[in-house]
Amino acid sequence: MFPIVSKRPLNEAGTVLEYVIQAPLVAKKCLPGQFIVLRLDEHGERVPLTIADYDRQAGTVTIMVQPVGQTTRMLELMEPGDALADFVGPMGKPTEMEGLKRVCVVGGGVGCAIGYPVAKGMWEHGIEVDMVAGFRSKDIVILEKEMREHTTNLYICTDDGSYGEKCFGNAKLEQLIKEGRQYDEVFIIGPLKMMKFTSLTTKPYGIKTIASLCPIMIDASGMCGGCRLTVDGETKFACVDGPEFDAHKVDWDEIIARNAFYAGEEEEGKKHICRITGGVRNG
Amino acid sequence: MANMSMTKNPMPEQEPLVRNKNFDEVALGYTAETAIDEAKRCLNCKQHPCVSGCPVNVRIPEFLAKVAQGEFEEAYQIVTSTNSLPAVCGRVCPQENQCEGKCVRGIKGEPVGVGRLERFVADWHAEHADPNAAVEKPVSNGHRIAVVGSGPAGLTCAGDLARMGYDVTVYELFHKAGGVLVYGIPEFRLPKDIVAREVASLEKMGVKVVTDAVIGRAISIDDLFAEGFEAVFIGSGAGLPQFLGIPGENLLGVYSANEFLTRINLMKAYRDDYDTPIKHHKRVAVVGGGNVAMDAARCAKRLGADEVYIVYRRSMDELPARREEVHHAMEEEVQFQLLTNPVRVVGDENGYVTGIECIRMELGEPDEKGRRRPVPVEGSNFVLEVDAMIDAIGTTPNPLLRMTTQGLEANRKGCLIADENGKTTREGVYAGGDAVTGAATVILAMGAGKTAAAAIDDYIRSK
Repeated sequence: MFPIVSKRPLNEAGTVLEYVIQAPLVAKKCLPGQFIVLRLDEHGERVPLTIADYDRQAGTVTIMVQPVGQTTRMLELMEPGDALADFVGPMGKPTEMEGLKRVCVVGGGVGCAIGYPVAKGMWEHGIEVDMVAGFRSKDIVILEKEMREHTTNLYICTDDGSYGEKCFGNAKLEQLIKEGRQYDEVFIIGPLKMMKFTSLTTKPYGIKTIASLCPIMIDASGMCGGCRLTVDGETKFACVDGPEFDAHKVDWDEIIARNAFYAGEEEEGKKHICRITGGVRNG
Repeated sequence: MANMSMTKNPMPEQEPLVRNKNFDEVALGYTAETAIDEAKRCLNCKQHPCVSGCPVNVRIPEFLAKVAQGEFEEAYQIVTSTNSLPAVCGRVCPQENQCEGKCVRGIKGEPVGVGRLERFVADWHAEHADPNAAVEKPVSNGHRIAVVGSGPAGLTCAGDLARMGYDVTVYELFHKAGGVLVYGIPEFRLPKDIVAREVASLEKMGVKVVTDAVIGRAISIDDLFAEGFEAVFIGSGAGLPQFLGIPGENLLGVYSANEFLTRINLMKAYRDDYDTPIKHHKRVAVVGGGNVAMDAARCAKRLGADEVYIVYRRSMDELPARREEVHHAMEEEVQFQLLTNPVRVVGDENGYVTGIECIRMELGEPDEKGRRRPVPVEGSNFVLEVDAMIDAIGTTPNPLLRMTTQGLEANRKGCLIADENGKTTREGVYAGGDAVTGAATVILAMGAGKTAAAAIDDYIRSK
């Protein structure tokens, strides 16, 4: 079992929660960009989540979760002292940082929870990091302090202008590029549609652009092939070949369709949470 | 006096059109009377060719003699002296190519039902033996061995080493031990309680099982040696699914057999009380002709599909599946589209599968293995209307360990290089099963695990 050490909301609206999990085996070796797979209990599904932070001494791993699906909504009901049945990793390849001097990380909404550890990892690696963090509105902004402390420049934008600049993240990125900022790489992480459009933004400028993807998967070790996507005309498995890929070569429409495959079952599953147990199932 | 009946005692089974709607075990097992009667068909011939036909050399005539006398526990002890997983083997071994294939009774008539009797004694033991009886724990020799992967190869190797007195730890990536026995082979062919029971009996013997452990990422092979393990056995299987490589294979409703079966078997997606989702497709094509293809087809039927097709490019004679599986699939109304090969998956405007364009094949000249090569019949293309396609055309070894372990070499197909004793290119590291051979059978993996256990023992003694 993997005990929950602590839990806190990351914004006023409580749309994103941070969990610190006791998982010494994962904490020992994990690196920015890698992910874990968790299962709540015997009846749970296996869900991949990116590692947000880790403490090798304490043997803990931090994950950030937006409770929207069946599993994440049940996780929301769990508290410190409860334990997860399974927490396995690290999975996937770590973020490539070699040779990079100046990077812009663009995070969309809860994607900033994954963008932040990458930005922090790069910044600690001596890379100059600009971060563009886009949110719908002020009440869902997360990790502002953390991102500011671990980046060269942080630009917060909101769709409705309630905080930071009123624009989309990709528009801010384009403005920075037009102002003459030179980036060796743009790293994008957020909802699939946001990543698709941000990759279209950088394409005309020929800037190398990396996207972090977390499609539907079961084992996360290359066994099921459920996470396959097309990159540059070739089939890749996000779990072992990724999770990071050249955004300009990803077949975005295909992965958007594939990721929505179980949307109906997910909705049905969410109804079950309230109807049957009203909370986390025991056993 | 031997029972000279020319045919095996039939195996009681659930009715085909009942069982193709549930996941309960198909074969119900012999009664004690039937088992005694069947065991008496053994002539106890001098050469006992059946034993040499068994990859783990179960002492077949000896255990059959005990069954014939009604001494079932004694029979069980004889079987388990060389086979760690009798309840599994009795259910999934291709006996027709092994013990039973060599049985002299098979020359004129049917061979002795060795598999059914092996299953009988294992089930009898589980039902009658005292579960709290103290297990004779071997005296520890103080040497620690790590086993990577808890499938048939790993469990067998672990069991044999533990019996010799080694301190064995088995590492498994999934949350449950058993490998292909839990994620691949369906409940109706191999109930998961049986696998859990076999694992528990190893644990009682002192074997430690660590689940949720990714060897190659969380712990490297070097880490294992640094932690004090003196040898490592790799039984990581052949988990990487192959796809056909035809257009449309990423459409919605195309699965690897691994994904489809793992959702059902390991994650229990067919049950309402488990969270993992699964689609209940109406018309399903399974591409391939092996046991995995039969398993996938029969699962699809049980999920409520109206039409399920096996699409195979050769003919009935070349189907690599166990005969019993093909027979069961046919009884359950799985349809066979033989001499047929998919060329393209067809989808609708939303990306959902609507059919597979196939081409008819005919058998041409024999290939290097002597099997007649299938050749496309020009102009015979047609569309098979389905809403799902499951690729069951084989798997290759997972690359994670060879990518992350210095000195561990693999061949071009990704199979670890190991000699006949399982010794790899790295000192102290042994391997066996599908990780070395590519996808094969449970019993061959067990045979390899057994051989490697003996080789590891020699290696530790010679140090």
